[in-house]
Amino acid sequence: MITSTAVAIAEARRGKLGERVYSGRSRAIFERGYIAFKSATWMVIVSGFVEPVLYLFAFGYGLGKLIGNIDSGGVSIPYAAYIAPALLATSAMNGAIYDSTMNIFFKLNHDRIYHGMLATSLGPLDVALGEIGLALLRGFLYALSFMAIVVPLGLIPSVWGILAIPAAVLIAFGFASVGMALTTYMKSFQQLEIINIFMLPMFLFSGSFYPLSVFPSWLQFIIKVLPLSQAIHLVRGLTLGQINTALLGHAMYFLIMIAIGLFFTTKRLNALFMK
Amino acid sequence: MSTSLVTARGLTKKFGDFVAVDAIDFDVAKGESFGLLGPNGAGKSTTMRIVGATSQRTSGDLTILGMDPEKFGPQIRAHLGVVPQQDNLDMNLSVSENLYIYGRYFGLSRKYLKTKIEELLEFAQLEEKRDAKVESLSGGMKRRLTIARGLVSEPEILMLDEPTTGLDPQARHILWDRLFRLKEQGVTLIITTHFMDEAEQLCDRLIVMDKGKIMAEGSPALLIKEYSTKEVLEIRFGSERNSSMANQLREMCERIEELPDRILLYHEDGEVLLEQIYSAGLHPKTSLVRRSSLEDVFLRLTGRTLVD
Repeated sequence: MITSTAVAIAEARRGKLGERVYSGRSRAIFERGYIAFKSATWMVIVSGFVEPVLYLFAFGYGLGKLIGNIDSGGVSIPYAAYIAPALLATSAMNGAIYDSTMNIFFKLNHDRIYHGMLATSLGPLDVALGEIGLALLRGFLYALSFMAIVVPLGLIPSVWGILAIPAAVLIAFGFASVGMALTTYMKSFQQLEIINIFMLPMFLFSGSFYPLSVFPSWLQFIIKVLPLSQAIHLVRGLTLGQINTALLGHAMYFLIMIAIGLFFTTKRLNALFMK
Repeated sequence: MSTSLVTARGLTKKFGDFVAVDAIDFDVAKGESFGLLGPNGAGKSTTMRIVGATSQRTSGDLTILGMDPEKFGPQIRAHLGVVPQQDNLDMNLSVSENLYIYGRYFGLSRKYLKTKIEELLEFAQLEEKRDAKVESLSGGMKRRLTIARGLVSEPEILMLDEPTTGLDPQARHILWDRLFRLKEQGVTLIITTHFMDEAEQLCDRLIVMDKGKIMAEGSPALLIKEYSTKEVLEIRFGSERNSSMANQLREMCERIEELPDRILLYHEDGEVLLEQIYSAGLHPKTSLVRRSSLEDVFLRLTGRTLVD
């Protein structure tokens, strides 16, 4: 009666690369997230979207009136157009971090959902990729809705700005995979707060609201190494059409983040559930 | 041993210095209902997780369906249905969604699952609860759903870790009935339990475990025959007098066990023994003659009761 049995499906993976940690079915995890999401509260999604919009109006237009135009890469642009890409990058980060820390911590420690998943023929890498995929979807939705507001306002001067959406997904991927890896090491909700303590200053000082040149050079260096600053420079370069090779460097930064995050997540899930 | 689905030799699991499973040997044959009986902490659940290919053994040999779980975890897990001790149903999903998504984890097609879910809802007697959230289910319903979920991939082996712990008697009997049906269909069952009545009801053959070791092995009837008498007389003299009376009674029976609240006297015929006690001028406060059970076997083997 089964056209393709669970056994036949698992046997088809035999001898494939990484077969012990990956069964090629992370979409099943993604599908689970979609079903759960349909019935889950939309408020979290809505608040994640509203936050950058509020910042945009309060600072971009409120404070922007006092500031006027600002110089970026030798071009004078309205203040709102300066902070819009930073807010886009930040909302991609926040969405990814929320999903990969709070949500995943709960599933790891309270729901025992992963125990159920890993008792099937799935592997830990399927779980990691599927869960991170959900965080990406959230990042993508945030980016898309934010763009739907800022484009009509004329805050994305360059056509390159369309690439800000895939860039936001890349940024979300980086944060989500590292966020999930860190979460697998956390023992309590209190420890998760460590991540939040780190997030707010990173948002305030990473060049969201003013250029890094206001800081002494040693501090500039530290900030530039941090992921949000990388993200902001990447997205701002695209929306303002300031295309150069440095953007590739920023993109590469996130590819490395993704690889490191996935490696440790898989390793930890293995250690936690296959001990 | 061509029909053996599981073969363990010298199977050992250590957590640091603690030896949870201590070099045990056992086989599970196709179609049989195999039990692991023992108190909490005997190493039953650890053994189950190793056989379920979600935990790595420290040493020894283990073959499941001819494969080593260390090398072919996903392939082995595709043959298994797992019902863990602690329910891990998906609380965000409804009853039927739980069955659906679990099938998807195995890679099963939507078309197949559509009919399979109907079959499983009927089996678990949850047709009317199909759209209910899992949270609203009773303990017995959750357990039945977890078992149904374990069956979604039509496994050859169903592994149940303490299937009826925490359930009321009625819910237990419904569950046992469902498990009997599976047995009749030829599904191999591996069951851990610390309830001797459950082991007697469900298991064709079992191993008695204590402190990571196997104390005895055989069918429930055989174990009782080997390690106990046909009948047991339970008497109470009141907690202060129990131990002083025990000395007088010792010679009248094959074996005697003093428990804090009562004395167990092992004898082929409990009524005859009780007559003798009355003739000797002793008058216990209460007396009960019953058949020997696996509880008595365990007491004999370890000097302790199963549930404490």
